[in-house]
Amino acid sequence: MINQVVKLVAPRRMELFFKEESIDDECVVVRPKYLSICAADQRYYTGNRAKEVLDKKLPLALIHEAVGEVLFDKKGEFKSGDRVVMIPNTPLENDNIIKENYLRSSKFRSSSSDGFLQNLVLMRRDRIIKIGDIDFEISALLEPISVCVNAIEEFLKSAHERRDVIGVWGCGSIGYLTTLLLKKYLPESKIIIFGTNEEKMNYFSFADEQLMTNSVPENLKVDHAFECVGGPKSEIAIKQIIDHINPQGTISLLGVSENPISIETRMVLEKGIKLIGDSRSGYDDFYKAVEFMQDKKMQDYVENIVVDVVEVNSINDIYKAFDSDLNNNFKTVMKWEL
Amino acid sequence: MIYGGILAGGKGTRMGRTEMPKQFLNLGNRPMIIHTIEQFLISNKIDKVIVATNENWRSYTEDIINKYYPENDKIVIINGGTTRNETIANICDFAEKNSPGEENVVVTHDAVRPFITQRIINDNIDAILEEGIDAVDTVMPAFDTIVEAKEGEIISNIPIRDYMYQGQTPQTFRTNEFIENYNSLTEDEKGILSDAIKIYVLKNKKAKIVRGETFNMKVTTMYDLKLANAIVNMQGEDKND
Repeated sequence: MINQVVKLVAPRRMELFFKEESIDDECVVVRPKYLSICAADQRYYTGNRAKEVLDKKLPLALIHEAVGEVLFDKKGEFKSGDRVVMIPNTPLENDNIIKENYLRSSKFRSSSSDGFLQNLVLMRRDRIIKIGDIDFEISALLEPISVCVNAIEEFLKSAHERRDVIGVWGCGSIGYLTTLLLKKYLPESKIIIFGTNEEKMNYFSFADEQLMTNSVPENLKVDHAFECVGGPKSEIAIKQIIDHINPQGTISLLGVSENPISIETRMVLEKGIKLIGDSRSGYDDFYKAVEFMQDKKMQDYVENIVVDVVEVNSINDIYKAFDSDLNNNFKTVMKWEL
Repeated sequence: MIYGGILAGGKGTRMGRTEMPKQFLNLGNRPMIIHTIEQFLISNKIDKVIVATNENWRSYTEDIINKYYPENDKIVIINGGTTRNETIANICDFAEKNSPGEENVVVTHDAVRPFITQRIINDNIDAILEEGIDAVDTVMPAFDTIVEAKEGEIISNIPIRDYMYQGQTPQTFRTNEFIENYNSLTEDEKGILSDAIKIYVLKNKKAKIVRGETFNMKVTTMYDLKLANAIVNMQGEDKND
């Protein structure tokens, strides 16, 4: 079979490539249907990665957040028409201790292997999960939801048991989904969202309190915190978290920063703060994300951050979707018709 | 039922010195026809794929299909005819016998257009199922001006380019209607008509166009095959895979 793959060849320039694919027993042929754009894709698309990184990785098919429809499975385990979420992480070894998304040998789509901007994707059968009754369009966001699941699961494993007040810094999509899931995991805890954009903060109706970062009362304390800011601004956020966190609190770091940022380790030491790095997700996280999203109420909340849906019939439409995503508060989803 | 009809009746006479019909030559690491059949095989809208092949190459066709898809009951191989339309008529006959009394649709496609996509197949099926549509043709807008010279020397007409399209495949229709229309042609007409959709146009039926792709090209010459192989090999992704 000859497949069509849309690859980024240079910032803001994508081209169609043709790839010979052979269908074997271990793979399932999936046609992508809804794909959403991540900040990581935008960094490649806009050329906000170091030149050496772009030189090394391009041409590369972007997008690691996608759901699709099963077309063909030689083994018949999946039925034609099954709606599935595609897991972008592909582990190449088994490890009983280290999670698949942290194994250095794992491949990750739209980073170390081609992403989902393809007409057909040949998925390893252990890399797809049926999504059940979740609205197809909204389910494009299962990947970022699973990333938040990974972060919260890791937090629950290592943070101490006093979880009366938890702060989430960052009012973007990851902050939104983390806050939403924390309310689900820890309904008794008070979840406070800290942000800088009032318009975006208004979306967080399920948070117990919304606070602008420039008007946080000095005596306000949180037991634990999630940093979902990323970029150079994460430095200020982490500083504020350290100021307001109680001793021996845990800070979960989810925001990606292209350049190194500085952290006041003196106070980390003095307060006995635990830092957890969170990145990506694996099969179990996706499985839980799919379970959470069976709840119609959760779907409604997630739908609120799908700001735009762009139908893609050409490469120009992909550019339109990326530009739309750059100019809105949350997420743009592509409806794949190429 | 919805059938895929793969037209693999070509004898390979146009392919330079190659004696093997072009659909059996490798594109990448597999015969071109396998790439083409696979797109119909994986389609969740196609119930059965009928491969119509030249009688002399039937065993060969069976061998290679069995090699890649042993005991696959979605694929059947039948003999083609002496002309393109006769081959299509054979496909339609098979479909009518296979699922008599049903509304049978066939999406016919050249075995030598291996770059076919799911979108094109789906658009063909969606269009034929629209009310009042008798046939569907896959086309691309003509980028070059079309020049008509009936006697081969002096220009007789230059049609307005905006109205001109270049025909590709798939071409899609209902199998009983194709047989009916085809049988109503005289032997002379059958000889001249090289295009299935033209039958519908001559009979004042409604034939709709759907968008093809520039890359949905017909691999007819050695040059085409070289080009097709170059396109498939041009990956630039080895760094990441």
